Amino acid sequence: MKTNPKTEPRDFHQAKWDEPVIFELSTPGERGVLLPGTEPEIAALGNPWEDLPKELHRTSPPALPEMSQMRVLKHYLRLSQENLGADLNIDIGQGTCTMKYSPKINDQFATSPKLAELHPLQAPSTVQGTLEILYETEQFLKEISGLDRFCLHPGGGSQAILGIGSVIRNWVDANGMADRKDEIVTTIFSHPSNPAVAKIKGFKVITIYPDPVTGRPDMKAFMAAVNERTAALLITNPEDIGLYNPSIREMTDLVHSVGGLCSYDQANANGVLGIARAREAGFDLCFFNLHKTFSSPHGCGGPGSGVLGVQKHLVPFLPAPVVDVDDQGNYFLQYEGVDRENRIKDYYGVLPAIVRAYAWMLSLGDEGLREVARVSILNNNYIFRKILRIPGADAPFAAGEHRMEQVRYSWQGLKDATGCGVADVQNRIFDFGMHIWTSHEPWIVPEPFTIEPTESYSKDELDEYVAVLEQIVREAHENPDILKKAPHRSTIHHVDHDVLEDPKRWAITWRAYNRKYRGYFEAR
Amino acid sequence: MNPQRTPRLGLIVNPIAGMGGRVGLKGTDGDELLRLAVARGAVPMAESRAALCLEAFLKGAEGRPFELHVGPGAMGERVAERYGLGVVVAGRGALPPPSSVRTTAEDTRRTARNMADTGVDLLLFAGGDGTARDICVALGRDRLVLGIPAGVKIHSAVYASSPAAAGFLAAATLFGDTSVIREKLAEVMDIDENAYRSGVLRAKLFGYLRIPYERRRVQGLKAGSGTPEAAAQAEIAAAVAETISAGPETLWLIGAGTTTKAVTDALGLSGTLLGVDACLGGSLVALDLSERDILALIAQQSDPKKIKILLTPIGGQGFLFGRGNQQFSPDVIRAVGRENLMILATPDKLHTLRGAPLLADTGDPSLDLELEGYYRIVSSYGGFTVYPLAAAGQ
Repeated sequence: MKTNPKTEPRDFHQAKWDEPVIFELSTPGERGVLLPGTEPEIAALGNPWEDLPKELHRTSPPALPEMSQMRVLKHYLRLSQENLGADLNIDIGQGTCTMKYSPKINDQFATSPKLAELHPLQAPSTVQGTLEILYETEQFLKEISGLDRFCLHPGGGSQAILGIGSVIRNWVDANGMADRKDEIVTTIFSHPSNPAVAKIKGFKVITIYPDPVTGRPDMKAFMAAVNERTAALLITNPEDIGLYNPSIREMTDLVHSVGGLCSYDQANANGVLGIARAREAGFDLCFFNLHKTFSSPHGCGGPGSGVLGVQKHLVPFLPAPVVDVDDQGNYFLQYEGVDRENRIKDYYGVLPAIVRAYAWMLSLGDEGLREVARVSILNNNYIFRKILRIPGADAPFAAGEHRMEQVRYSWQGLKDATGCGVADVQNRIFDFGMHIWTSHEPWIVPEPFTIEPTESYSKDELDEYVAVLEQIVREAHENPDILKKAPHRSTIHHVDHDVLEDPKRWAITWRAYNRKYRGYFEAR
Repeated sequence: MNPQRTPRLGLIVNPIAGMGGRVGLKGTDGDELLRLAVARGAVPMAESRAALCLEAFLKGAEGRPFELHVGPGAMGERVAERYGLGVVVAGRGALPPPSSVRTTAEDTRRTARNMADTGVDLLLFAGGDGTARDICVALGRDRLVLGIPAGVKIHSAVYASSPAAAGFLAAATLFGDTSVIREKLAEVMDIDENAYRSGVLRAKLFGYLRIPYERRRVQGLKAGSGTPEAAAQAEIAAAVAETISAGPETLWLIGAGTTTKAVTDALGLSGTLLGVDACLGGSLVALDLSERDILALIAQQSDPKKIKILLTPIGGQGFLFGRGNQQFSPDVIRAVGRENLMILATPDKLHTLRGAPLLADTGDPSLDLELEGYYRIVSSYGGFTVYPLAAAGQ
């Protein structure tokens, strides 16, 4: 080791393979597995192909790549080396994503054949253990939120919000209020899936901006927004800027006073876990992301799971089925008392994600969950003070206040002084094997970046991340070209996002790519 | 940008811009004022602002070749000399000698036209609102330009936030990744300097100039980037057009701006960009109305409750009344009523206000106070933002 990474960034170079997409590697006739011929006894039973109705026959074989096993393995290993995986880099720059360590033993539970080889249509009597996990996970979530019933179906946070939207819609319609409750109030710092779902479900969306000094929702604007037409409030707390909103109960009380519902977006619950609950804050609904907060891998690290909870009066609108236990201790899928028609996903949820989260909660216990929140807040306020000392970095709103589990910072000062903004810092940080998100739309905070150092990261790692930021800021002052032309040691240089916004040029599938390009984006 | 040849940057300095500020004159439009400013000991500011911009530009250019086209003498040539830059001087013959700072509006316009003729890729101009108006007169909306803020008080949205920001953006426009540079129309304001000096800010929307801005260049977006401004305007326009079509008996008084223009476009009507137009029964019944015209239309309207004013704040400033739409006079606003104001603003326009309220400066301070409060602004299709409005004098 030639450097101390806590003070000087370590040497790094990303692997770069000139690796074609797998379809281009296909060699006709090459095989990964040679299947043995049908045994005579089986063959004597006839040709099942003949029994299949003709309309189900393909007219041509699927255009799958034909490759040997070894070539497939190399292909994917090369691709994996061109990534910055969650287990490789200090992931705290992905603020709002709640990157944390996902214990490997939990992966073993999730990939165990006992789980992986189950079929969702198996008789409940044959999957009692799995149903018990679903049931107990729900009990834990009820305790953590204070709400009365959870649906574990959604495959991610936005789908959970969609579920919440359908509960609100169905509640409005069932109570004959469709003509007088047609508005949903939210804040500009709430995740954009909230207003998007509200619109999908046919509501008008009324958005509140933050108070420019405190950073919390402008209460006067909120009071002006809420009225008899308000069907619901969709809000999060703390918002992404990392400030806890102490007026939250006042807000939910106001919405209830006009007969509306209150839904708590708890996608970022790491800072309140075991400390503050949805029920006491006056919420009728909430959702958690089991990926993120509950340690199932996040995003591309694995399938997600959003779990959506409601108070008793909304249970009839919760998507069916849920899991219950009878007097004999048998677990079963319950379709009564919940909404059979309100399906947002097939079956009962993303089982591997639920199992990982269940194991994680069991291993920590209630005091452990609280400790997660405490350490994540401590980590955050430690790095908060360090980042504020970097010239050009700032944290708008609520000067002098502590933050919760994350902070939305701004590089506007750096941009003014050097011409380098957050996009340049992002492009450069890849050269150190790290990452920083930039797309905190809308940019209420100019040149934004969000750091969320969860409980998983050590003080040494936080110091190392800050040392990299300090180095990049020095470069921005001394030779901004380094940033402007970055990344220099990464897999790719710049991505032209123009293509992604142009239906004529984007290629989301291999077929579209073939249609539009000759190769490497040379237009046909 | 022509990739076949060396990029060309134009620079015009309005040497007198900003001179009035430090000696309490609020602007130097006109000969008399300039003499007074000089007599009070005013020194040229614009050149040093242009220098800051050039320094940032050179940093961004990193030794790559470019042609610098400048105005003669104090209009750009002199500041370029500080950096030893070889320059092409536009139209020297007709202008005052290099040492003079006594340039006129016509000098600015002529120099700008000269540069346009020589095909500069981007024209930087150091000045204030008056300079922006001159550039607007000379070049219209087609040329790519960018203001270096050097005036006393700038109300036009065509200026970069600082001289250095203008320099960096200019370098990015000429040499940077072309996929990140976008162009948009930004407002040029016409401020009545005489009134301003006596403490009254009267402004109208003078026109638009085409300016560059930097699109964010990032790897690995978590979510999509923000909606492009034109798409956001079209979304609002679609919603408002539906409302207008649903109430043909309502008289719609449509104010100035690109957002409101998008509404008339969505209705298939040819509205004006800078004026107040009236829409009734699905067609435009009058264009570019004066206050008197508007009051007459209001008087003719059979149901006085069915009158609405459609308007949008000035970007970066937040003025809803009193800048660019004085036709909406206190009498007009009172006749229509605050409950019949329909305010449109794209999310990006609201974000540029950085939390500051919308402003009313109708010329009647008591009306400004009456208008204070929270409004539902149409900010997307089916989406509203509750946002405060304050009296400008507060």
